Amino acid sequence: MASWSVDDQKIPQGRLVLFSYVSVGLIVLLLVGFWKLQVIQSGHFADLAERNRIRYIPIIAPRGAMLDREGRVLVDSYPSFSILLLRDDPKLLEKSLPPIEEGLGVSNDDLRQQLDAAKNEPKFQPVVIKPAASEADIAFVESHRADLPVLELMMVQRRRYPHGEMLASSIGYVGEVSAQQLEQSDGHYRPGDIVGKAGLERQYNDQLEGADGMRRVVVNSVGRAMRTLGDVEAIPGKPIQLTIDYDLQAVADSYMADREGAVVALDGRTGEVLAIVSRPTFDPNDFAVRIPVSEWQKLNTDPRTPLLNRAIQGQLAPGSVFKIVMATAMLESKALPENFSVYCPGHALFYGRTFHCWRPQGHGSVDLHKAIVDSCDVFFYTIGQRLGIDRIHYYATGLGLGRRTGIDLPSEESGLIPSEEWVERVFHHKWYAGETISVAIGQGAVVVTPVQLARMIATVAGGGKLLKPYLLKNLAKVSADHFPLSEDTVEQVTQGMYGVINEGGTGSSLRLENIEFSGKSGTAQLMSYEVGNRMGKKGRETNGWFVGYAPRRNPEIVVAAVIQGSSEHGGTTAGPVVRDIVKAYYEKKNAHLQRQATAKNDSPRAPVVRPLIATVGAGRP
Amino acid sequence: MKERPSAHDFDWILLAIVGVISGLGVLEVYSSTHASGMAGMHWKQMMWIGIGLAGMFLISRINYHTLLDQAPFLYMLGLATLLAVLLIGHSRFGAKRWVELGGGVNLQVSELMKLIIIIVLARYFTEVDTDRLTLQDLAKIAILTGIPVGLILIQPDLGTAMVLVPVAVVGAALAGIEWKHAAVGLLLVALMVPVGWNMRHHLKPYQQQRITTFLHPEENRRGAGYQILQSEIAVGSGGFWGKGFGKGSQNQLGFVPVRYSDFILAALAEEQGFIGVCVVLLLYLGLILRLVDNAQKAKDRAGMYVVMGVTSILGFHVLVNASMVIGYVPVTGIPLPLMSYGGSATAFVFMSLGLVMNVRMRRFVN
Repeated sequence: MASWSVDDQKIPQGRLVLFSYVSVGLIVLLLVGFWKLQVIQSGHFADLAERNRIRYIPIIAPRGAMLDREGRVLVDSYPSFSILLLRDDPKLLEKSLPPIEEGLGVSNDDLRQQLDAAKNEPKFQPVVIKPAASEADIAFVESHRADLPVLELMMVQRRRYPHGEMLASSIGYVGEVSAQQLEQSDGHYRPGDIVGKAGLERQYNDQLEGADGMRRVVVNSVGRAMRTLGDVEAIPGKPIQLTIDYDLQAVADSYMADREGAVVALDGRTGEVLAIVSRPTFDPNDFAVRIPVSEWQKLNTDPRTPLLNRAIQGQLAPGSVFKIVMATAMLESKALPENFSVYCPGHALFYGRTFHCWRPQGHGSVDLHKAIVDSCDVFFYTIGQRLGIDRIHYYATGLGLGRRTGIDLPSEESGLIPSEEWVERVFHHKWYAGETISVAIGQGAVVVTPVQLARMIATVAGGGKLLKPYLLKNLAKVSADHFPLSEDTVEQVTQGMYGVINEGGTGSSLRLENIEFSGKSGTAQLMSYEVGNRMGKKGRETNGWFVGYAPRRNPEIVVAAVIQGSSEHGGTTAGPVVRDIVKAYYEKKNAHLQRQATAKNDSPRAPVVRPLIATVGAGRP
Repeated sequence: MKERPSAHDFDWILLAIVGVISGLGVLEVYSSTHASGMAGMHWKQMMWIGIGLAGMFLISRINYHTLLDQAPFLYMLGLATLLAVLLIGHSRFGAKRWVELGGGVNLQVSELMKLIIIIVLARYFTEVDTDRLTLQDLAKIAILTGIPVGLILIQPDLGTAMVLVPVAVVGAALAGIEWKHAAVGLLLVALMVPVGWNMRHHLKPYQQQRITTFLHPEENRRGAGYQILQSEIAVGSGGFWGKGFGKGSQNQLGFVPVRYSDFILAALAEEQGFIGVCVVLLLYLGLILRLVDNAQKAKDRAGMYVVMGVTSILGFHVLVNASMVIGYVPVTGIPLPLMSYGGSATAFVFMSLGLVMNVRMRRFVN
């Protein structure tokens, strides 16, 4: 027996029994602990377990399409995939970055930058590393599910503008909901939601956006969906049909492609906008994915202001087009006799200052008709002086200038028609009578938007019906104001505008066969002749206007066009696009009439050429 | 008195309890892993149980007196292995605990140290030959235990290091500790807590995190506090009757951390409810009481110390693991004996039970 072995000692039975009691006590204590969790608080924990397990994944509703008046697609949506990077596991993430960079063709710097930007977000919120994944990208993610579990695909709906820059300024663009909108929406929006930010996208956002659905899924501890419990389907946004005629829009667009300016074509009977162009513009597709900050800053600071919709926001001097307002004012106010005439020597003296006519050699004896046809400045200087600024203001605003037309686009500008009251309010001095002379030919403080000018001509030629231009085809009950004009006034002024094109006037190069194409040109100087001469050619830059319509009375189509920064006459720069649109309109109309005629002769049934397209807007106030 | 131990003296009741607990463990390992990438783990666990049983019978064959004879040698061997592991062992989860045995098998050597410390302390307590331990005796016990504890702490493996302490504490209590010494000891432990708190910066980051998240579990929902919280959610949501075998969402969807190993009791609590927990904890109580019974019937004090060494380690494991699952103590990495998946741990439990069988079979042998 070894030395350590001591057999005579008794087993300490009492201490062992005590150990048993302590053991029983501890087990009871543990059972009390389990009882607390499993019986007393079990409801609370069951709730937490349920919340752990079930996740709600939004199903993004596609935005409604935009169609032209014949149902041709101008804007639509398509499903696409974003690639997400899960960040739960930093070690795994670090290891996965090099193969991801290679597989998806993203740079290390980009990835780091995005991860850095999300540093303070909760770890379980993934980062979007590729907003618009290509098919190859998707295949890469799918085939590396096992070895790159940090990648995840998310289906999103994206906006597609198949015609790129066409109509961009009026269609606008979409983008992520702003913090302010988020707050005001009262829970309607979630961060990251896509909303209309500008143009029609913003104006009709409520119809277009639809309602996102919700998928209830069971997820595992790393947030991967294991199975679906149920879907609340997304309600797609409703399509809207526009008044735009793609064919006319295309004519306007191709002419304006490399020019700076705007075109608005209205249906003279209804106020429907048939075409609307503003150049330079942007490609809304750039906004549909995620516009890089640099790109956005470039658009915002570009001196050519591509984000400005010149058709409704460009506030420009109307130049000689304003003479139509003067002529209407002269006849309506009866402040001057109808046969009033002026001798134009090429210049005239008012208030001690010489004012030039655009034709240095003068027009000789000029009555109202000749004054419109030849756009004689001296004639209008004279009647301007006789009428006075407040009468001019009355008729100009009556015909819709210097105030918003109410077109269904956000952020329309009002332009400005000066008055004595305005000068006193803003500049705190009396109106200088000499200013009236400049206003009479659409210079000085007068600024208008192209859409106002188109409407003004439509109002005069239409006998005083003041239309409200609009872009949503089925806008129920479009209100039209009335500015009463006498038959004699309308006849005389429209005869003048007919003469501009058809009687050797300033627009004689624009004649169209068999069409009562009428109009008025305008060439607004950006600065006075004196300053312009001193600055040389650059200083002579003008805004060339042409507002044309047909037929002469009660026009079906009215087109206003302005070309900025050209040194040429409005009839030359802006005239052709107006003529081309009017021509295209009639060609289309005649072809349609012919088709109808043949259809009537050939078949007893009424022709149904186009399918009906569901549109929205009915019931709107 | 018989000359040789017989199979009749084998503790079949103890073996039955162990069998039931191990069986429940295999079932829960299956439930936790069958639908995941770790499917088939229960087969491996059964293999370990088989190896453990073989080890148990082997150890029960060697007279425990022979083992106690070799105590100094075993002690030196144990310390040498621990040192070796610090020098050549390879890291896993940020700690050097493993030696490669070849063939892909890794042995956690600190498990071996548990067996050795039981034998070494049993020998020492027997040798002291008194009913009143002196301060000197206590100091020697503290040093004997402290050296391996320190070596395991450096690995670092706080859990296993702590597990060695109850062998010394329970042994001292049985050998007869004076009240004043016990009181001073308790006071020292109480004083160590704030000192340890200040020393926390010397801990490995994962240990620091474990402690801070234990104190503030809600703060870091995806970190270590997340584990405790998920474990509590699993246990609590199981309710009285449980969600049913294989139907616990916390378990099946992987919210419960290492649900097949350290947190297997949480998985079981979710699927089998409070009823299941009662059955399991009462089985463990049965196991402990049966072990104490064996200690009471031991032939000599040496046998009693061996059995109680085993009992204190197993009891400590159950106590700490169950407390961790319900959030009473920080996550320490102490598995639930016989149920948690793990080769070294399972083998240790069976081999330590082999020591118990050894003592029992020789109670009538001279």
